[in-house]
Amino acid sequence: MNVALFIPCYVDQFYPQVGIATLELLEKLGVTVSYPIKQTCCGQPMANSGFEHLTGDCNSLFINNFSAFDYIVCPSGSCTLHVKEHLHDDKNKSAAKDIRSKIYELTEFLTDVLHVTSLSASFSHKVSMHQACHGQRGLHLSQMTELVAPPYSKPGRLLSMVKGLELVTLDRADECCGFGGTFCVAEEAVSAKMGIDRVADHVKNGTEYITSVDMSCLMHLEGILRRQKSNVQIKHIAEILNAG
Amino acid sequence: MNAKKQDHAALSEIFNKDEERVNWHDETLWWVRQKRDKAAFGVPEWEALRETASAIKHHTLSNLHDYLTTFEQKAVENGIVVHWAAGAKEHNDIVLSLLNKAGTNKMMKSKSMLTEELHLNEFLKEQGIETIDTDLGERIVQLLEEPPSHIVLPAIHRKKEEIGALFHIHLGTPEGNADPKLLTYAARLNMRDVFLTRKVALTGVNFAIAETGEFVVCTNEGNADMGAHLADIHIASMGIEKLIPQRDHLAVFLRLLTRSATGQPITTYSSHFKTPRKGKEIHIIIVDNGRSVQLGREDFRASLKCIRCGACMNTCPVYRRSGGHSYHNSIAGPIGAILAPNLDMKEYADLPFASTLCGSCSNVCPVKIDIHQQLYKWRQIIVQEGYATPAKKAAMSGMNFVLSNPGVFRAAGKAGRWVLRHAPYIAANKFDPWYKHRELPQAPKASFNEWYRKNREQHE
Repeated sequence: MNVALFIPCYVDQFYPQVGIATLELLEKLGVTVSYPIKQTCCGQPMANSGFEHLTGDCNSLFINNFSAFDYIVCPSGSCTLHVKEHLHDDKNKSAAKDIRSKIYELTEFLTDVLHVTSLSASFSHKVSMHQACHGQRGLHLSQMTELVAPPYSKPGRLLSMVKGLELVTLDRADECCGFGGTFCVAEEAVSAKMGIDRVADHVKNGTEYITSVDMSCLMHLEGILRRQKSNVQIKHIAEILNAG
Repeated sequence: MNAKKQDHAALSEIFNKDEERVNWHDETLWWVRQKRDKAAFGVPEWEALRETASAIKHHTLSNLHDYLTTFEQKAVENGIVVHWAAGAKEHNDIVLSLLNKAGTNKMMKSKSMLTEELHLNEFLKEQGIETIDTDLGERIVQLLEEPPSHIVLPAIHRKKEEIGALFHIHLGTPEGNADPKLLTYAARLNMRDVFLTRKVALTGVNFAIAETGEFVVCTNEGNADMGAHLADIHIASMGIEKLIPQRDHLAVFLRLLTRSATGQPITTYSSHFKTPRKGKEIHIIIVDNGRSVQLGREDFRASLKCIRCGACMNTCPVYRRSGGHSYHNSIAGPIGAILAPNLDMKEYADLPFASTLCGSCSNVCPVKIDIHQQLYKWRQIIVQEGYATPAKKAAMSGMNFVLSNPGVFRAAGKAGRWVLRHAPYIAANKFDPWYKHRELPQAPKASFNEWYRKNREQHE
């Protein structure tokens, strides 16, 4: 199996430990992973701001970096969804289509492709899950509360394999944190308020660590937690699944 | 006055100055969302109903020209007078001419978001006509001289104490009394006189049935019925998208509408109007006002499936924390943000950006409108039509340059992280909106890319 790692731009720059945990976790599970070193970004920051027409160069670069692989694994639901929905290249339509169908968010790759049933991880803490919207409602990593449908959770299943981990439930299971890409600065007042309210739900329910499949939500929540000088910390799910 | 010129972000910032009110607004509407969940989960075939409703609306919109003419023919056969209005002016002029014909300068009106969209009340006021809204929430915002902030719960931005004070002034209720029961009773007594004395009643239309030429009006207060039954002339204003082909289809829509809106199994009154009583008149005004343009926009035509339940507003984490008035449009929230740019792209260029694209709206929607996908698509159009600020355009071009050149990206990342570590005040200051309520991420010395080059075999 020929697997490439896609590390989103802001994870590369600000949260290298998440990239390292993802790589180590996949290696532990026996996967040979390549990391094309000329990668940058999926183009979502421009596209969600209304500038999808500028993302042609980003798309070509992405295709050059990743078309040779069987699978592309990314520790971000949001970036994965963007590639799945919006990676297009008029000069290379089939390669773009191919990539759209072989990119996986990390936890769905673990449950749906590797069929992981046990992990060696241990993390003896109270952990609460922030359901990142694009992973949940876009990639269907877990059931959303809006639908009258049976519950399931791919990241939740993986967390249940971690020794010592106690999963904390929230009052509002899947409300958006308010990050929203450029929304976080363009609509600062609402974005911050949404984040403050989300943090309060996690803190109130006694968590020690907030985890998620998306670092962008966690970056926003971390900014609020640190401003509040809270003891609650954030950890990407890859760091927990790779812990111990 | 100036408020009209401010965008959603600015108006929400003002709304957020009173955090206690924001919390109350959020919790009140979240409670309505929870009631909706409880009602929806009581119907095991809920998702199948949504799918069916969506398909019926899709079919109707695809054959709208036929259903409109069938409806007109049947309605005329039933003795209803049918009028067609291309826009606000035509609609409002028709209402005025009917009032003139009836020789009255007083009208009562039950809930109709369409007449909000067409600014009927303001128009009639200028013509010397007094209109009284008979829906309690609408009456409250009318007395406050404010537009509704929610399509189902027009006065949801106001607390009961404020309504007590308002009624004390206008209806003479005891000062300082905010008992909802007493206030509702006072409004009812006051409204009784309106019902008994006005000759013309205007109502909205929830569903118009093509095969029978009848229409259905849903209310909880019975105010539409009181008005329509006691008046000599009943005017019903409807958008062209209100049609459904058959009466049987109500079995789908009436089950979805109020469960989605308030969590009730059905509205208290779901009244069918088909034929005027002897000596009375029913007029229907069928309004386009931009709907046929929206129908022609392939990416956005599904927005016309909307049955105005308000579920997307109640679930929207942005709406709950910014209030309906921040959308500066007659219809607020996610659905308003995809309908408004069709009417005036420049005026409402900000609304599709007033969302995190979380997707909750699309999944509570009883007719499965892909609201968040349409928000994304409107963003693209608004930028391409030239409604993005020059600063934003410059920022996006710069970002694109950095992100499409790996060498530049690595150098810029390294420089940025160096700044954050050694001179954080360059970013962490009052000019940075991120920093207002949040700390900046702590910049590591090495990026993942740098770590990888040191620790693993490299692949190009």
